[in-house]
Amino acid sequence: MHFEYQIEGGNFTRAGFASSEIKKMLKQLNVDLGIIKRTVVATYEAEVNVVAHAYSGTIYVDVDEKGIVIKLVDEGPGIPDIEQAMKEGYSTASSKVREMGFGAGMGLPNMKKNADELNITSEVEKGTTVEIRMGFG
Amino acid sequence: MTVEQLKEKLGLKVFGGEQGLGNEISGGYVSDLLSDVMGNSDTGQVWVTLQTHKNVMAIASLKDLAAIILVNNHQPEEDTLAQSNEEGIPLLGTDMSTFELSGKIYELIK
Repeated sequence: MHFEYQIEGGNFTRAGFASSEIKKMLKQLNVDLGIIKRTVVATYEAEVNVVAHAYSGTIYVDVDEKGIVIKLVDEGPGIPDIEQAMKEGYSTASSKVREMGFGAGMGLPNMKKNADELNITSEVEKGTTVEIRMGFG
Repeated sequence: MTVEQLKEKLGLKVFGGEQGLGNEISGGYVSDLLSDVMGNSDTGQVWVTLQTHKNVMAIASLKDLAAIILVNNHQPEEDTLAQSNEEGIPLLGTDMSTFELSGKIYELIK
């Protein structure tokens, strides 16, 4: 099954909306609750990153009997050094975003902890692609 | 203990989400960093925070939290309140500080 959701960069009033839709959809598909919980954490963090850093993004979700693949493709500034970005506590979020309680440098570590597999590719001044893979096995 | 019982015992104000006052409380989590709550809170917990913007409701909903309690007399923003009512997740408030409120909740549900 294939689903797509749009993310608007900078619009924090809609942050989490796509993750909420994905959660509902996975519940309807009777996916194991523990897997849903981990998927939701990883997807939300990835969605918020698109809102906080990129101009726009699309989430592509594929579910089959083996698992879930969630791919977030954004148009944005990209990540110059992914290894550094993965470090707990490292953040490039604006002060406005930090005041809201985001940008504590916990998003990417949260994604890594909760996803079965996390792949990030990025091109500076083009955008970033985040792939979250969850297995049913 | 339910959110309603906690509200009664601690004299908490109900801003919205009254439909969820019967939610059973499994524990609590205290943090103003949203990714911390996203990563470390668990289903059925009450979340104590001073963040008042709408994203707290998104997190409470995604994590199936029992309720949110705003400390130090903080008031929810309008769209936060609207989403609390829409989702049926209680949004409560108190003039107590985070420290005082957390201590009292801990005593009640430990």
